Amino acid sequence: MESLMAYVVGIMFTAAFYMMLRRSIVKLVIGLMILSNAANLLIFVVSGMTRGAPPLIPEGASGPVGIVADPLPQALILTAIVIAFGVLAFAVVLIRRAYEVVGTDDLDQMKDTDT
Amino acid sequence: MLLAVLSGFLLAIVVPLLHRVAGKYIGWLLALLPAGLAVYFSTFLSQVQDGPLLLEYQWLPGLGISLNFLVDGLSLTFALLISGIGTFILIYAGSYLAGHKYLARFFVIMLSFMASMLGLVLSDNLITLFVFWELTSITSYMLIGFNHEDLEARKCALQGLFVTVAGGLALMAGLIMLAIMTGSYSLSAILASSDPIHQHVFYTGAVLCLLAGAFTKSAQVPFHFWLPNAMAAPTPVSAFLHSATMVKAGIYLMARLNPTLGEGELWTMMLMGFGAVTMLTGAWFAFSSTGIKKVLAYSTVMALGTLTMLIGVGTELAMTAFICFLVAHSLYKGALFMLAGALDHETGTKDITRMGGLRKSMPVTATIAVFAALSLAGLPPLFGFIAKELMLESLLEAPLWSSLLVIATVASAMLIVGVAGLVAIKPFFGAPGDTPKAPHEAPLGMLVGPAILTIIALAFGLMPFIPENALLQAAVASVYGAPVDFNLALWHGINKPLLLSALSLIVGFLLFRAWPRIQPTLHALNYAGSRVGPEAGYFKFMEWITVVASWQTRMLQNGVLGLYMLVLLAVTFGLAGYTMFSHYGVHFTLNLADSHFYEWGIALLLVASAVFASSTHSRLGSVASMGVLGFGVALTFILFSAPDLGITQLLVETLTVILLVLVLFKLPEFVNLSTPFQRYRDLAVAIFSGVTITLIMLAVLDIQYFETISTYYVENSAALAYGRNIVNVILVDFRALDTLGEIFVLSLAAMGVLSMLKLKAEDQHKP
Repeated sequence: MESLMAYVVGIMFTAAFYMMLRRSIVKLVIGLMILSNAANLLIFVVSGMTRGAPPLIPEGASGPVGIVADPLPQALILTAIVIAFGVLAFAVVLIRRAYEVVGTDDLDQMKDTDT
Repeated sequence: MLLAVLSGFLLAIVVPLLHRVAGKYIGWLLALLPAGLAVYFSTFLSQVQDGPLLLEYQWLPGLGISLNFLVDGLSLTFALLISGIGTFILIYAGSYLAGHKYLARFFVIMLSFMASMLGLVLSDNLITLFVFWELTSITSYMLIGFNHEDLEARKCALQGLFVTVAGGLALMAGLIMLAIMTGSYSLSAILASSDPIHQHVFYTGAVLCLLAGAFTKSAQVPFHFWLPNAMAAPTPVSAFLHSATMVKAGIYLMARLNPTLGEGELWTMMLMGFGAVTMLTGAWFAFSSTGIKKVLAYSTVMALGTLTMLIGVGTELAMTAFICFLVAHSLYKGALFMLAGALDHETGTKDITRMGGLRKSMPVTATIAVFAALSLAGLPPLFGFIAKELMLESLLEAPLWSSLLVIATVASAMLIVGVAGLVAIKPFFGAPGDTPKAPHEAPLGMLVGPAILTIIALAFGLMPFIPENALLQAAVASVYGAPVDFNLALWHGINKPLLLSALSLIVGFLLFRAWPRIQPTLHALNYAGSRVGPEAGYFKFMEWITVVASWQTRMLQNGVLGLYMLVLLAVTFGLAGYTMFSHYGVHFTLNLADSHFYEWGIALLLVASAVFASSTHSRLGSVASMGVLGFGVALTFILFSAPDLGITQLLVETLTVILLVLVLFKLPEFVNLSTPFQRYRDLAVAIFSGVTITLIMLAVLDIQYFETISTYYVENSAALAYGRNIVNVILVDFRALDTLGEIFVLSLAAMGVLSMLKLKAEDQHKP
């Protein structure tokens, strides 16, 4: 499953990079979203994928029973998801504001500081 | 000794305070320091007769950089000249710049400059020498540009800085090569070692680099142009820079290294060739200028060329002549510059053609000027005469290019006799000129320096055995590398040098008489020549740098976000891909057997939504497929044992889609802004980056370098933190500070969003 997902993540990154290279600022945001999803999946995949064994400890036990999924990458990804949302919310509002002021969504028209 | 060298810097710190106390006597007060230093240095006079003295202080022992000071005949000569002339310069400056609003600032820089110069000539360690060398460049830059409101002064200061600092870079390379060749950074060790180094593979490079540093500093052709331009500085600075400091730093370096490097032919020929050309060029331009400071500046160029040439000749006699001429030049040039400043100050013009008959209104100035100019022209009974006789004698016996050098020297001597007439006869005798200010005698502070320097020159000329026994023997020994026996005398009988002197005197006097008629022609000639001269080359070079800089900025900092990203991606994944390719190879592995069919479905869903989101022309379609993608990722998390991630992802994804729908539809429709070429180029880079990521992931899955660190969290989650959801325990307990940071970031983002939305609302309230 991991090797298959490596290809999926690669394709997601390709789509993200392509969108981020576009001149339209809306496409840049879409690219950013795909990028954060792809990055989260990348960490998830390379740390190994385990089916049906969440890192939980049964009541009364001192440790999990049997082999469980690695909890550390999950903690990292959880943080990343939330931060990515914060960045996205900020970016979206910023873009909207920039569009109102500058009157274009073409990034090449926004390169001067005095518009 | 350490305190003596650094005292200039220390005093500089308190100058502004002293200025408030001492008021207009500040120059006299500050002059006590160099005067005291001169006395201190002269206590070493008897010691250096027995050989060099090494005074050791540690600075950065770990790097092998010490603050050792080498005191021998040469460095002591320089130290005495710097502190002695510095004394009079400070007195003079206090009077010349009296009432200037930045007087305190001037003295701060001046004292720092003097201290740097002392450090330069006394340092034993090559690195320390270099540090002081650069300090003199920087402080002289501030001195030349002292009138910083004057555009011309700023330009000239910058020119001096560029030329000398460019040379300084070469010098550093040269010093390092020298240290590699000799195996030591200590000058005393380098000078003491007798291993021949002119066979070494670095010899040529080291000589060229060291000379590039020395030639730029000492204004040798073709770098001579910065020195006359440095006349933009106030006159006390010019007097100091020209007589004993700055430009003599290069001369010092060449003289210092002569015993070590002088055996090679390259060294000898470069010094003789460049020295002779510089001498002639300087004499020519001195004679054809009209500004009194320009005339003197170019005569300094002449003197620097002569000194360089004498080092190149390198015989015992030449070295004796070198030391004598060095001392003679410092004495008369310091005096003449200070007098030129007095003339400028009291008459209001620098133009020689407008001066005349000033001996009546400025009798003292005129008397001193005549004597100093006698030394410049090389006439008895002044010290300049002795130096000139020795010089001609040594050139007549030079082992190489003897007749050429003699002809060049006599020719330049003729011109310099004419120059001496220009500065001593033209302003003071003949018909009164028309000067902007009614001339009157200069104040005491401006005359005491020139007077004493000229008296010294006269005394040395009449009693040459005094300086000879006190210092010059030791100085010649340290530049020649072995003790030299000589006897200075004013009268040598009638011999070849005397006849040549007489010839140059007669022709020089005729040239002086002809000057008013031929000067305009010479000036026109120089003007025509200046279009192709080295200074024109300097300006072309500066222009070219500006053009290249703006071209490079346009290319690299063009403001197009897409191009920046393109370069970033190509470089990052190019390098990462190359590293992986060379260390691991390219292995496309795909194991399909371990996947269930519904997992295939999710994989397909992710790929399809990503591709659709990036290729559709509909905004709604794009946003919707983003939603699909997010939910696909959430499904993956849930299927593979990460329920917490799945829940968070679902929540965030829902919020995101709502946000996008709300905001993005205020923005315009998708349009294609790029050309097909740009799209294919971007696609190629994106695919390359994506493939590299896939390959890196496959490699990571294949190799396990480290043990996992998760075991600690799994084992201690219940025991230490009393939590049964390990992911949650990590977030809120083990790594709680990280989570706090995350909350902080989120709050900031929320505040940003809120303020931007409010800003918009306020905008709309405006009429």
